[in-house]
Amino acid sequence: MSILGTRVLRTEDPKFMTTGGVYTEDLVDERLTGAVYVTFARSPIAHARINGIDTSAVRDSDGVLAVFTAADVTDTATLRGMTRDINQEMTQTLLASDTVRYVGEPVAIVVTEQAYQGEDAADLIDVDYDPLPAVIDLHDAESDKTLLFPEAGSNTAVRYGPPQLDEHLFDDCEVVVSREIVNQRVAPAPMESRSAAAVWGEDGRLVAWIPNQGAQGTRAALAAMLKVSPDKVRIITPDVGGAFGAKFGADPEHALVAWTARRLGRPVRWSETRYENLMGMTHGRGQLQTVTIGGRRDGTVLAYRLEVLQDCGGYPRIGTLLPSLTLLMTPGTYAFAKVESAARSVVTTTTPMGAYRGAGRPEATAAVERAMDLFAAEIGMDPAEVRRRNLLPAFTEPRNNGFGALYDSGDYATALDRALEAAGYGRLRAEQVERRARGDVKALGIGIACYVEITGAGAESGDPHENATVEVHPDGSATILTGTSPHGQGHGTAWAMLASDELGIPVERITVRHGDTDLIPEGGGTGGSRSLQQGGAAVRQASQELLEVARDRAADELEVDARDLRFDVDRSAFTVAGVQQAAVSLADLAGKERLFVRAVFTAPGATFPFGAHVAVVEVDTETGKVELSRLIAVDDAGTILNPLLADGQRHGGIAQGAAQALLEEVVYDADGNPLTASFADYPFLSATEVPSFELVDMQTPTTYNPLGAKGIGEAGTIGATPAVQNAVVDAVSHLGVRHIDMPTSPQTVWRAIVSASEGNA
Amino acid sequence: MITSPFDFVTARSAEQAVALLGEYGDDAKLLAGGHSLLPMMKVRLAAPAVLVDIGGIDELAYVRLDGDDVAVGATTRHAAVATSAVLREQVPLLAHAAGLVGDPQVRHRGTIGGSLAHADPAADLPVALSALGGRVVVQGPAGRREIGADDFFQGYFTTALAEDELIVEVRLARRPGQGWGYEKFTRRANDWAIVAAATVGGRVSLANMGSQPVRALSTEQALASGSGARDAAALAAEGTRPGEDMHGDAEYRRHLARVLTRRALASAGVAD
Amino acid sequence: MQITITVNGQSQTDDVEPRLLLVHYLREWRDLRAANIGCDTTSCGACTVLLDGQSVKSCTVLAVQADGHAVQTVESLAADDGELHPVQQAFRQEHGLQCGFCTPGMIMATVGLLSENPAPTEREVREALEGNYCRCTGYHNIVRAVLAAADAGSDGADAEAAPGIGGRA
Repeated sequence: MSILGTRVLRTEDPKFMTTGGVYTEDLVDERLTGAVYVTFARSPIAHARINGIDTSAVRDSDGVLAVFTAADVTDTATLRGMTRDINQEMTQTLLASDTVRYVGEPVAIVVTEQAYQGEDAADLIDVDYDPLPAVIDLHDAESDKTLLFPEAGSNTAVRYGPPQLDEHLFDDCEVVVSREIVNQRVAPAPMESRSAAAVWGEDGRLVAWIPNQGAQGTRAALAAMLKVSPDKVRIITPDVGGAFGAKFGADPEHALVAWTARRLGRPVRWSETRYENLMGMTHGRGQLQTVTIGGRRDGTVLAYRLEVLQDCGGYPRIGTLLPSLTLLMTPGTYAFAKVESAARSVVTTTTPMGAYRGAGRPEATAAVERAMDLFAAEIGMDPAEVRRRNLLPAFTEPRNNGFGALYDSGDYATALDRALEAAGYGRLRAEQVERRARGDVKALGIGIACYVEITGAGAESGDPHENATVEVHPDGSATILTGTSPHGQGHGTAWAMLASDELGIPVERITVRHGDTDLIPEGGGTGGSRSLQQGGAAVRQASQELLEVARDRAADELEVDARDLRFDVDRSAFTVAGVQQAAVSLADLAGKERLFVRAVFTAPGATFPFGAHVAVVEVDTETGKVELSRLIAVDDAGTILNPLLADGQRHGGIAQGAAQALLEEVVYDADGNPLTASFADYPFLSATEVPSFELVDMQTPTTYNPLGAKGIGEAGTIGATPAVQNAVVDAVSHLGVRHIDMPTSPQTVWRAIVSASEGNA
Repeated sequence: MITSPFDFVTARSAEQAVALLGEYGDDAKLLAGGHSLLPMMKVRLAAPAVLVDIGGIDELAYVRLDGDDVAVGATTRHAAVATSAVLREQVPLLAHAAGLVGDPQVRHRGTIGGSLAHADPAADLPVALSALGGRVVVQGPAGRREIGADDFFQGYFTTALAEDELIVEVRLARRPGQGWGYEKFTRRANDWAIVAAATVGGRVSLANMGSQPVRALSTEQALASGSGARDAAALAAEGTRPGEDMHGDAEYRRHLARVLTRRALASAGVAD
Repeated sequence: MQITITVNGQSQTDDVEPRLLLVHYLREWRDLRAANIGCDTTSCGACTVLLDGQSVKSCTVLAVQADGHAVQTVESLAADDGELHPVQQAFRQEHGLQCGFCTPGMIMATVGLLSENPAPTEREVREALEGNYCRCTGYHNIVRAVLAAADAGSDGADAEAAPGIGGRA
């Protein structure tokens, strides 16, 4: 029986639970013998001109080997927006040279013999700053009153969508609702902060250990910053303690560690503190959205408009271009007659924005799902019913959503119905009515979100693809090389399952390797929920092709026609039809000649998982405190390979999505000082704020890969956030509240209640 | 992150700790569990040249009945306070509040004396001590003296402790069977209180409504003159000067103080 | 200054800087690198170990404070033959870990919890783990794992395997 689709325990686990993972900071490697430590001195001010840097006091501090400023780092690249349509005058040097543009921007490097000495010394750097006005508010930024990059002429880095909006879009509507909603800035906050170890060999090549989401992309980014050829760089990926989109590529700090190693001719290590992480690692989301929705009182939505103002932070990085993904998914699961959207990305004096689990798609779903509830409230119709009336009907042939996304297949109404049924929607509404009738202090809220998202989108170079190499060894074990980059997802187990299913080699005897660019020069890494549908499909394809290579060799070995051979998976051997004794195993064949195949799987396009989430909250109407009591999720990501892993992805995503709705927000004061720069202040979700989640199964296979799989990594963050937010608003809707921005903190909810009771809803 | 360098000396008794404090003066800080001081030292908001470790003075770790009081030694850890059978019976408000400090790991290390000496207005034990009208026994070069809760807290992270004094004991009147209430309002379970209200025996104290634990005197007076919980709680924010931060402005905190006081009074059995 | 700490049953004397954190002592001086540093502010619990049998955050304990005391880390839990401790078994069975960074601290916090409360409710488990952050699992399967470990410990069939301090140390 095939093990595909079964609950296989992770082969990765014993190490993590006994001696612990080997993360970059844990590395013991003889190449790093005698390593020195880098500590960054960072800007304490959001926006300022640098008049001068006095490092003399530092040089006398214990253990200090060197101090470098931008004046020393002259042989590295200047960073610009990733695509040509982004204003190319918004440039960044790896260390701030004349201007700092966010608190936490690196301004100097201190190198010490011991790690502890670095913190003592970095305190002693004296930078003469000439403060400039901070730009925090997005409308302020868009006004260009204070320019971050005077040479750019504007704070707008890029615009997406049509230059002119259709002023007649809502002409046919009986009802139109519009409002600005906040999709707040959050911190990816992987448990492992950023880190690096670097050493240059006598051959002039760099070996760098960096926690990342794809060693090959990290190599490209690092080589570009260092202005060296990528073949001079070897990236090794140690165990990675979570990433969530924020460990793609490489950051300036990583390049500076490698630069320092080259400059000093010694191995160099760096591991940031959590304070540095919360100021220096890219943040995510950060959109100010204006939604306008209109239609008829019978529940039909006729037109929908989404306008996005995206926060880029101090320098344009990936976050600057993520609104393009938001726009791509503008209409979500709905068959609206007229839809339009436009976006503008503006720089502010804050930490640069990057990808965070979902990266542009959660923002699209949050906007349209909030808009649907606003519309439902306006016409006084149940939000589930309004959704049903506007969902796209089920389809099995690809269809264009009008914004360039080709949805592969979908059955959104079934997902919604299953979620509502599992939640006991009717009973919940009845209980809500009862509580309201008796004036219960604890109000019940039910929130719904339907979603469709895009996973496994194409790389810049052509259709989405990934490579895998499968090799069988003479001892009967096997090795898989993959271009994906697991950091918790369990590819070690999942890829082994796929190969095992084809080759008859037990999962425990298959080793999956990733993240060494000398061993695996090409690969797309792990992100955008691409890994199984491309990387996994490549493993299966390589395994199948390996069997064909082996079949020909077995035919020679047994001196029979290849067509007479049958592969016996249970024995991992070829047998000859009708001849019991004649058999040759894959291991035997590998003993005679190396037996391996490298395959590249190419998909016809991205896939579009979908689902529906229902959240149930209780809101203390006296204090505004929200408690999430239930979260029911239908997530259809096609065929499930290993439910253990798929459910784990869903749980984690749901929690992060709920955390955005309930708690998490990166906050700056008006001067640009971060108020949430430690875990004492950033409200990282803990176990007490969420319940156990209720997962409902739904699997509609895609035809885009032989596994039938779509991506599951980000579904939770996409569905859960608006479901929870909608539930909070729903709980207090009878008090006249129509909208509450995230995070739905107690004070925010209480103010919404008070304001509504004063007639200011 | 790491603290600035310092010297570390170990005191084996309260007397020795006092002597060491006298010797090092204001260069020295006492270290008990370290869960208030070490985090501040790691971000270098504090950089004492000398740490005098009193965490190992076993003679200061106890909970015992002493006449009309329960006496709690200064280095008794929060977990021991929270689970003490004596306290749960005689002063349940204190045991309950100690069980809400931080998280289990913090409660295994942090001490009652350390928390009171740190005097964070948002912390659990100072407000509990204030509501209980407890007394802090401190030892200095001239011997021991007792300071009432109302006099002990003197502002943000400021107490009546002299530089060469240490807390050796906390004394609380026995109150078996007496109604009490403690309402701690947080966003997450392990956060500091946005506001907390503690009440027992007609006293009401609030956390994070000013620079130190604040008695809700108007509420207490109303209760004393026979008001019900609802009316008395409506006065809870009078005279308070709450700070503002991202969790709540002053208006919201005053509102919370009223709501939480009413709920705490209800727990204590005070009728509306 | 000179300190003697018993770690996982082995006593050792070292001369250390007073400001050395226990977590760094374990990692650098005793070569036990399972416990991780996740936050610096006593918030996240990735550095949780047992000190005299109680869970503590080793980033907020000075090595000199542990002088004369006993520390237990996750490295001590599994048997010499590799057989996992019941808490470890439960974490694997219930998929209570993904990236693994919080896992050593989470497991030690669990061992500490079950020694104090061998049969916790789901709510008690969540409250007991409030100081141990995880970004991957949403806590769902961690809570399942702790409850499963408690069940495994309460069946009484194998007293040796009962989760608790020093069960396999």
